[in-house]
Amino acid sequence: MAATTETKGWIGARLLRKEDARHLLGASTFTGDVRVPGLKDVAFVRSQFAHGLLNSVVKPDGLETSVFSAADFPDLKSIDGGPELPSFRTAPYHAFAREKVHFVGQIIAACLAPTRGAAEDIADQVYADIEPRPAVVDMVEALEPGAEILHEGFPDNAFIHATVSEGDIAAIAARAEVEMRRSFRMNRQATVSLEGRGVLAYWDHRLDELVVYLSTQGAHMMRIGLSLALGLPEHKLHVIAPDVGGGFGGKNRLMPEEVAVCAIALKTGQPVRWIEDRREHLIASVHCREHHYDLTLYAEKSGRILGLKGEVHIDAGAYSLWPSGPFMEASMAARNLPGPYQMQALHVETHTVATNKAPMGPYRGVARPGACYAIERAVDELAHKLGMEPADVRRINLVTPDQMPYRTIGGLRLDNGDYPRALDMVRDMVDLPAIRRRQAEGETDGRRIGVGFAVYTEQSGHGAAEWMKRKSRIVPGYESCTARVLPDGSMLLLVGIQNHGQGLETSLAQIAAHELTLDPAFISVRYGDTALTPFGFGTFASRSTVFSGGAVAKATRLVAEKARRIGAHLMQTEYEETRLEDGAVHGPSGKVPLAEIARAANVRQEFLPAGMSPLLEATATYEPEESGGFFSYGAHAVVVAVDPETGVTSLLDYAIAEDCGTMINPLIVDGQIIGGVAQGIGTALYEEIPYDPDGQPLATTFGDYMVPCAPELPKLRIAHLITPAHGTEYGVKGMGEGGAIAPPAAISNAVCDALHGLGVIIRETPLTPRRVSDAVAEAEERRAAVSLKEEVPA
Amino acid sequence: MKPAAFEYARPADLAEACALLGELGDAAMPVAGGQSLVPMMSLRLTGFETLLDISRLDALKVVRDEETHVFIGAAVTHAMIEDGKVPDPAFGLMARVASKIAYRAVRNMGTIGGSVGLADPASDWPCCLLALGAEVVLAGAEGERVLGAGGFFLGPYETARDPAEIITGFRIPKLSAGARWGTFKVARKSGAFSDSLAIAVLTAEGEARVALTGTLDHAQLLPGASAALAAGDLAAVREAARAEVAQADPDADAYRLRCHVATVTRAAEEALTMEPRR
Ligand SMILES: Cc1cc2nc3c(=O)[nH]c(=O)nc-3n(C[C@H](O)[C@H](O)[C@H](O)COP(=O)(O)OP(=O)(O)OC[C@H]3O[C@@H](n4cnc5c(N)ncnc54)[C@H](O)[C@@H]3O)c2cc1C
Repeated sequence: MAATTETKGWIGARLLRKEDARHLLGASTFTGDVRVPGLKDVAFVRSQFAHGLLNSVVKPDGLETSVFSAADFPDLKSIDGGPELPSFRTAPYHAFAREKVHFVGQIIAACLAPTRGAAEDIADQVYADIEPRPAVVDMVEALEPGAEILHEGFPDNAFIHATVSEGDIAAIAARAEVEMRRSFRMNRQATVSLEGRGVLAYWDHRLDELVVYLSTQGAHMMRIGLSLALGLPEHKLHVIAPDVGGGFGGKNRLMPEEVAVCAIALKTGQPVRWIEDRREHLIASVHCREHHYDLTLYAEKSGRILGLKGEVHIDAGAYSLWPSGPFMEASMAARNLPGPYQMQALHVETHTVATNKAPMGPYRGVARPGACYAIERAVDELAHKLGMEPADVRRINLVTPDQMPYRTIGGLRLDNGDYPRALDMVRDMVDLPAIRRRQAEGETDGRRIGVGFAVYTEQSGHGAAEWMKRKSRIVPGYESCTARVLPDGSMLLLVGIQNHGQGLETSLAQIAAHELTLDPAFISVRYGDTALTPFGFGTFASRSTVFSGGAVAKATRLVAEKARRIGAHLMQTEYEETRLEDGAVHGPSGKVPLAEIARAANVRQEFLPAGMSPLLEATATYEPEESGGFFSYGAHAVVVAVDPETGVTSLLDYAIAEDCGTMINPLIVDGQIIGGVAQGIGTALYEEIPYDPDGQPLATTFGDYMVPCAPELPKLRIAHLITPAHGTEYGVKGMGEGGAIAPPAAISNAVCDALHGLGVIIRETPLTPRRVSDAVAEAEERRAAVSLKEEVPA
Repeated sequence: MKPAAFEYARPADLAEACALLGELGDAAMPVAGGQSLVPMMSLRLTGFETLLDISRLDALKVVRDEETHVFIGAAVTHAMIEDGKVPDPAFGLMARVASKIAYRAVRNMGTIGGSVGLADPASDWPCCLLALGAEVVLAGAEGERVLGAGGFFLGPYETARDPAEIITGFRIPKLSAGARWGTFKVARKSGAFSDSLAIAVLTAEGEARVALTGTLDHAQLLPGASAALAAGDLAAVREAARAEVAQADPDADAYRLRCHVATVTRAAEEALTMEPRR
């Protein structure tokens, strides 16, 4: 990369990403590109039944040594996880099914061959004797008395029941003028990273360690998990995440395929890999989103919301994935239900339910897309009930800047920002009065126009206290960085996070560049290798810019300070007299380039001040002082056109006003928003994995599982408010997830707004053409039934 | 999701291809663009000992602009039709239909012959060829056969083609100046197979043909809706469609029937409101 001319003000610079060139050229290395001599491919034999007793696994004659099942690995530890709470029930999750299978796609055996095709040939000949049991597929019915119980020792199908309660909900209920009860459902999805999962493992005899290439969001974390599962000490495990083509949460859990491949490599002594195909991804990767809400909203006639009561069901699938399981999903959903609104009481019973489906994991937004959808849909229904403009009801209830920091009734500390202004901005951007006029006039093509709003908050950069509150068995409360200046003055940042599409090689370089006044072109960011970087937790929960950015700033400042000391010595001046500028240490009467200082520190120690140790490098860890997190927030407004007959929804306009504090690189911020919104559009309109009553997944290829592509994306108009956070470096807040949080709510509100006049009720995502068209037809039937009744004299 | 091993043969010409197909019988399968066949093999829903690659046979790439017809070879891709690289007998109708099939990457490889050969009940070309009154030209060991599109499609994935025959192309009558047409497709998203697709053609001579696909059976003409279109009565088209779609797609549920009525009506509406083409 050629050096850019500008050398000042790297915070906020609209730098093109360092990562782009290799990806645009298709020249990078992902796990699937790694070649090792003698490599063999694994094809898994997966359960075709949702629930059943696994009586035996019969290996094909003559191929016994190429097929592996549970019996071959009696010592493998189970890989279930969950919070450290006595009320949380766990069931062992073995990499290879033992005794029972609990979802279609669960691993029964692994077949090894020189190519994947040949491995699949063997897999076709493996016979699994399974005695089917009734499948549990609905999270609400799963808790009814008499339901088939999945796991031995569970009194019912819940992993956990928990209550989130603040304020006096009974008193609120007694005095509320308005009481409104509604149920909402967000259906199940896959995470659909562009690159599927993948793992390659082999024993390196020189290093005497198991080398594991893994498409993961956190190499260090997965080393812990693999060590526990395999019983191999961590210094014998070397985990490398090469380029990772998206994760979105789906690559942040220890998965059975990963343990299985490592175990086979250890057992056979051969290099082994498994590359997920899209069918496996849809059937057996981390699933997400599936929530059911039954909410009662209490309000005044003026539109002021008083409180919220209800039940939340989370369909967690069959097992609880390491490390933290699905528990956070329920508590986050409950605690985020009040959203950005002032309320006086909240009482939510949550149920995290085991069903015969693939285990649930995190996905961009974690729980908040569901919570935002439920509360924002409820706000619109309240507005309709009161005959008010939904945006006005929001305006009445939003937390205002003078109330900040504001502790929501869900217990979240909203730190700062101007929520009402964000709403006003998008209302103006889509020109709400103009839309209302257009609706009054009607469309010539039979379609109906609708507008929908949603306001969201996004907790980011939360540290130890917050994770301890969640009883997490891993507490990702800090990040680390080693900043190393090489002899020629160029620089390496070794960080514990994982860049898998977030542009962190660029943002982190910008931070170091800012501190050292060095051009980012001379700074490389390295990560994703347990042998290379200090420990870190990886990239998830919108944490990397806050935490890793903070660690980079701290480490680089230590380096900068040392550079100035050396510079002062070389210029024969005092440290206090020096400053960094344009990649050099400046004194009162001259300057020394960093390159010269680096040379002295690394290879010419005779130029160092007496007693100073050589090297120009520092390692630092960082955690913000306030560990409850920093809240990005935003408002989305969307205009849709709905064809009531076919049910097809088109997005006509999409406006976003968001605030993530200081932006390190506004281009990357916009990219994160656009990508998140695209996924949110998927949740709202397209993506769904339905199951039939026998627990068979019905979307197993991209022929059935719809993801939005370029034609489905409207032009997104993005406006930024900038309220720097107090207590993070530079005032940054995390913002990787927000784009995905609001769209299901905003788009659903818009579709319901479009069809409101027809009496249509839809309280479920995605809003597929079929669902919308059927809802319109049902509304028509209801109206016809009513008018028939009225015609009949009493 | 990798196919089982298979042999690959690339015959030099049509005669050799027909001979090989006759000789190998069920063990062989022609492959053109591979956009439907290869995914099915990868999912192991189907498999063959030998794939006969016919995509590069010159005989299947022939395009002839004749006086009354256009002949389009079976191996012509959707993309070539979309881009106007072959003469369009219907003033842009075929380019429009092509542009709505799948994604560009699929259209670059997928062929009109493959689409018709497969006869997926949701595919677009069978519907278009019916609406245009086209003929299917087949070659076999015995020589050439020509069948009207109307008699060619028999059911889902079922045609009048003998397994030993290869489709060489399509004879499509040219619309005369003054013709109009319309199409409407309902799908879950861009690039997805249709839940319903209707194509309406109104000739300068006043003849109308409305074809429907996206059914659970096969593409077919709707005579009642066609007659109503010829009469220029949109309300009657809708009425006729209501009655006819249930026959055309007897196993369809309420949603699909609703879509069929919508696509038929809107395709007819586009045809009626279109500036006559010349
Ligand atoms: C993601 C995706 C979306 C799609 N969406 C649509 C859509 O919206 N509408 C639509 O119509 N199609 C769609 N398709 C199908 C696509 O148009 C295929 O290209 C087409 O159906 C098959 O053409 P092909 O040349 O690829 O045939 P192949 O896959 O090579 O062959 C298909 C079948 O036809 C037979 N065959 C091929 N050529 C001949 C011949 N000349 N004579 C006899 N038999 C022959 C083969 O033996 C095989 O059985 C989609 C495909 C994909 C992958």
